[in-house]
Amino acid sequence: MANRIPRVPVREQDPKVRATNFEEVCYGYDGNEAMLEATRCLHCKNPRCVSACPVNVSIPEFIAAVAAGNFADAASVIARDSSLPAVCGRVCPQETQCEGSCVLGVKSEPVAIGKLERFVADWSMKNGKKDVEKAPSNGHKVAIVGSGPSGLACATDLARLGYDVTIFEALHKAGGVLEYGIPEFRLPKERVVAAEIGEVRKLGVKIETDVVVGRTVTVDSLLDKEGFSAVFIGSGAGLPRFMNIPGENLNGVFSANEFLTRNNLMKAYRHDYLTPVYTGRKVVVVGGGNVAMDAARTALRLGAETTIVYRRTENELPARREEVHHAKEEGIEFRMLTNPVEILGDEKGWVRGIRCIRMELGEPDESGRRSPVPVPGSEFEIETDSVIMALGTSPNPLIARTTSGLETNRRGCIVADDNGVTSRPGVFAGGDAVTGAATVILAMGAGRKAAAAIDSYIRGQE
Amino acid sequence: MFEIVSKEMLSPAICRMKIHAPRLAASAQPGQFLIVIPEDHGERIPLTISDYDREEGTVTIVTQRIGVSTGEICSLNEGDSFSDVAGPLGQPSEFVGMDRKELAEARYIFIGGGVGTAPVYPQVKYLHSLGVPVDVIIGAKTSELIIYREQMKAVCDNLYICTDDGSEGFHGMVTGLLETLVIEDGKKYTQAVAIGPMIMMKFASLTAKSLGLPIIVSLNTLMVDGTGMCGACRVTVGGKTRFACVEGPEFDGYEVDFDEAMRRQGMYRTQEHEAEVEYEHECRLGKTVINGRTE
Repeated sequence: MANRIPRVPVREQDPKVRATNFEEVCYGYDGNEAMLEATRCLHCKNPRCVSACPVNVSIPEFIAAVAAGNFADAASVIARDSSLPAVCGRVCPQETQCEGSCVLGVKSEPVAIGKLERFVADWSMKNGKKDVEKAPSNGHKVAIVGSGPSGLACATDLARLGYDVTIFEALHKAGGVLEYGIPEFRLPKERVVAAEIGEVRKLGVKIETDVVVGRTVTVDSLLDKEGFSAVFIGSGAGLPRFMNIPGENLNGVFSANEFLTRNNLMKAYRHDYLTPVYTGRKVVVVGGGNVAMDAARTALRLGAETTIVYRRTENELPARREEVHHAKEEGIEFRMLTNPVEILGDEKGWVRGIRCIRMELGEPDESGRRSPVPVPGSEFEIETDSVIMALGTSPNPLIARTTSGLETNRRGCIVADDNGVTSRPGVFAGGDAVTGAATVILAMGAGRKAAAAIDSYIRGQE
Repeated sequence: MFEIVSKEMLSPAICRMKIHAPRLAASAQPGQFLIVIPEDHGERIPLTISDYDREEGTVTIVTQRIGVSTGEICSLNEGDSFSDVAGPLGQPSEFVGMDRKELAEARYIFIGGGVGTAPVYPQVKYLHSLGVPVDVIIGAKTSELIIYREQMKAVCDNLYICTDDGSEGFHGMVTGLLETLVIEDGKKYTQAVAIGPMIMMKFASLTAKSLGLPIIVSLNTLMVDGTGMCGACRVTVGGKTRFACVEGPEFDGYEVDFDEAMRRQGMYRTQEHEAEVEYEHECRLGKTVINGRTE
């Protein structure tokens, strides 16, 4: 072990420069760097990385192909299990999944599996993807609600099995959270998201945008009137949470969803788009997840002095480690153990500050994390022009309310088993709509399992 | 793409367009709205649905040119297409789904202000078809800006016009006319519905309250997605934060915090003005800017 080479560092945009633009932070490996990094894999007999991956990509196998310089083969290996490798290589929380279970990580640094996956996916997009094998059409129609990660993964698998798949998307662009949520500097929209969705379309999957299921059509009407044999609901968790503290409706208080949607989907940061966006001179972002990091780093790039306040400590930050690291490098201030109690407004109803209270960690709560408790009398004010609430999201109740016989739990999530089977025959669900806000890769895993369940359901009907 | 089947100018700054959108037309109900994107780089603009025809597969929108985005809508012509039209969004009006029995005692008075008159029309038409007595007040700055005069007449019992300058009908505000109808003419109504500029809806609600008349208003808040995702549309109703896009757009007028709603509506006003200046500079377009409801 001692003789092994260290993890090959990945080239990134200089923090000072990237803090002023929306171009991708990480440049990724080139061929030589990837081949060198790939030699670090030990090819364990029982590769723990594979079982730690929600879609079980054959990691050592694709890494072996990279090491040998057979990038096209590496791409084919990944394509067996993942329809969005260029996305996952960029946004997966590898430190808690594949890389987190890498044996090398015990004594030194794990293999850079994410960066290798990204390299292979980017290489393959640039050098022409091989067409994936597809079964002949079986004549069955399947509808998918939502074109985010779970819907795309489900659609890919079903299309390969020969199904006639239509995805219904409420917004005007396909991609779900990949399009409206994750910023350009972390996940380029044209080069990566649109390109990967293009691959899904190549399999014959149709995507109908501007269709709000629950309003424009319903799950019931898709099944009863439009001749779909099954429906997969992958509508995500789109409803923003607020804190319900005084001042939350002042001008200058936004949900992270609004702020990010204006910038990502609606391209407010670009001058050739009409979308307005407001940051003011100073921004406070409340929350500690990836969405909070994305909102803060977006605000920074729009020119605002940005602070993140989070009620626990840095150890509890739910964001990917890399995002926290990048945010700090770019100059975002982190105020931990701090919780807002009131947003303060000026005489015209605009934000002028935020009153917070200091917290300390108490006993562990049901999630096992030590829960923060306020320190009495420790209130203080932070001057700011706007506040962005990044407190998590919950599923949109629209679909559950308009679908007969579909059970939801008290958090508004659709009740489904591990295979996406819901209380309503023929209706399957997965991703954030079932679990509440989670990750791209978990949603993709759920979409794939549901695809298998839909296949056996439809075969069983024959 | 969603083709514009027909376009007509209702006044120099207000246009009506019929758009081919079959899925939307099939499910639209009175009280709901839609979102249009005029062209690829444009904003998502919420507009209340002014009519729908399930057989033709069309929906009708009425837009007043008041900014860059509404200007873009109005500059499109018959045969052109919107890149996107999504909906119907929001809840249908409360009376949708009620039967004749439930509506037997109902007597409605609708108040349409400026371009807000257009979304009043499908509601009046709907109630009229059920035989419910409906009166309508249309208010505008001046006679030239009164829209839907003839169409409304055809579907309501009594149509009353009022203008700020007295050029047609009652000389004064819709609130004054409402008071006159109820107090002096002894008209009996069980429900008022007001759609128009926020300031009009605020005072219509105050007047209705003083007359003991329940009133519904349709809020034209800021929105991005229109499906509950962004929360830009949040309004305080009865002391609680509500999302106008999914829980509205119609709310009890007594309960709405109009002052907050008006303040929030103006959140991007400076930027909109800047966009307008830039846009005019680029396009060299001579445009009329009339304050009022972004419909």
